[in-house]
Amino acid sequence: MRSALGGGLGLQLELHFSAMQKTMDPYDAPESTPRQHPSCSLKEYFLAATPLQRRLESVRKQATSFVPTPPRRRIPQRSQLQEDVDPQKVAFLLHKQWTLYSLTPLYKFSYTNLKEYSRLLSAFITAEKQKGLAVEVGEDCNIKVVFSTLLGVKGTQSDPEAVLVQILSKPQLPSEDREAKALWTGWFCCVFGDGLLETVSEDFTCLPLFLANGAESNTAIIGTWFQKTFDCYFSPLAINAFNLSWMAAMWTACKMDRYVAATEFLWSVPCSPQSLDISYAIHPEDAKALWDSVHRTPGEVTQEEVDLFMDCLSSHFYRHFRIHLSATRLVRVSTSVASAHTDGKIKIICHKYLIGVLAYLTELAIFQIE
Amino acid sequence: MSVLRPLDKLPGLNTATVLLVGADDALLQRLADSMLKTDCASELRVHLARSLPLPSNVNRPRVDLLVFVINLHSKYSLQSVEKSLHHVDASFFLGKACFLATGAGRENLCSVHRNTIVRLARTYRSPVLFCDLEVEGSRAAMAQRLARMLQISAGHVPGVSAMSLLSLLRSSESPSLEDL
Repeated sequence: MRSALGGGLGLQLELHFSAMQKTMDPYDAPESTPRQHPSCSLKEYFLAATPLQRRLESVRKQATSFVPTPPRRRIPQRSQLQEDVDPQKVAFLLHKQWTLYSLTPLYKFSYTNLKEYSRLLSAFITAEKQKGLAVEVGEDCNIKVVFSTLLGVKGTQSDPEAVLVQILSKPQLPSEDREAKALWTGWFCCVFGDGLLETVSEDFTCLPLFLANGAESNTAIIGTWFQKTFDCYFSPLAINAFNLSWMAAMWTACKMDRYVAATEFLWSVPCSPQSLDISYAIHPEDAKALWDSVHRTPGEVTQEEVDLFMDCLSSHFYRHFRIHLSATRLVRVSTSVASAHTDGKIKIICHKYLIGVLAYLTELAIFQIE
Repeated sequence: MSVLRPLDKLPGLNTATVLLVGADDALLQRLADSMLKTDCASELRVHLARSLPLPSNVNRPRVDLLVFVINLHSKYSLQSVEKSLHHVDASFFLGKACFLATGAGRENLCSVHRNTIVRLARTYRSPVLFCDLEVEGSRAAMAQRLARMLQISAGHVPGVSAMSLLSLLRSSESPSLEDL
């Protein structure tokens, strides 16, 4: 089913919102009070505040200080890439579907040893492929793994640099002039990961968000190598309906010069024998107009505004089709900024808001690790 | 619009009635079955309702405990419970009402954040219980717990009243009145 909102949205929707709609978001928003380091008196008792003790302290503080302020989150600003990065270099990150994983901190990962890691990983992949898992002659040996850093894909100065891993196929004949084709691409990044960076010691590198594009078998092999070499753990990052609605609101709030795609939602209706899907597409300018009428303080997004935005869309749908979208599950959100699926797949379309999108995903990844 | 009141009818002899209010019929039915299977000294009666107010043409016993069942996977169940809360007399929230949130364990399917329910329960000064009604073990444990709460609310347990249970269930970390 498709429902398009024409011009002139009927915004006289009576929605009863009392004070009890305020909710508390457990993960810290970037501008909320930062976790405090253990005070001096504690250090007198502990001879050496180990990272584990520091983490216990921060978790304990978070649990007891239940500050019931409504959660707010910053709207992603326009271009937050640092000046020394070339937008062309990160252009290959856009318009590709990435599968998301969360990654625990890497032990003794060093940015100076990238060539060494490339060599080791190439050897590992070749060995794995020749083990008999993929019985193909010739092709698999002509691959090359390249590690590199992605400059500028980070939020603050204290975030570690993003790392890019690519499996390239070596050209078969030296006379051929074509470039090596990327068979598989994966990159690690950390954008505004202050909450995690404070609690780990110097031996660890925190790159909690991992994005992969390519064959699943390659992702598994590379995951195994990283887990063995750096004692870390990958887990797939799923995005639930609650977070998808936050993403929809934040991305609709982004100011865009030109809209390249309609704002589209996909809901999954739980019914037997097969689940039905409801697809709801809105003209992006109408969605922005709706958001602007809901939005109050500039630069911040609150839980109430997100709920009101989604409820407006649901009640409009109910008025036409008599279906309560709130009884279904939001599965996919697609805007001109980015599109996300609940299985942990993301596609970033607008390079201006790359950092903003990654910041929210890093927050989700950190929340999953903790 | 009739409002549900706790003390407008006389109690039955050795009977305790619980009213489960929630949008998800299947879950309520399973919880009701589990509650009826529990070993209880008093005679338990379980009534199910999708929303309040209840139709007034039916003769029903006095409700001793009111349980609002919210499925965290569906925003609709939260909305219908919120609408039903308007038709409940305030004196129910002195220990005779509680909130039950199900499905918090499966984070990937959650449309409602668990803290929304926590705040709702704090606004109404009532306890909130978390469980997974689709898992047999969790459901049986919760049914036993609710049966015990029901006995106390109906006054069948000497020495413990619904109000004293409410103050016992309030956790030490909950904020004071000024914070809300």
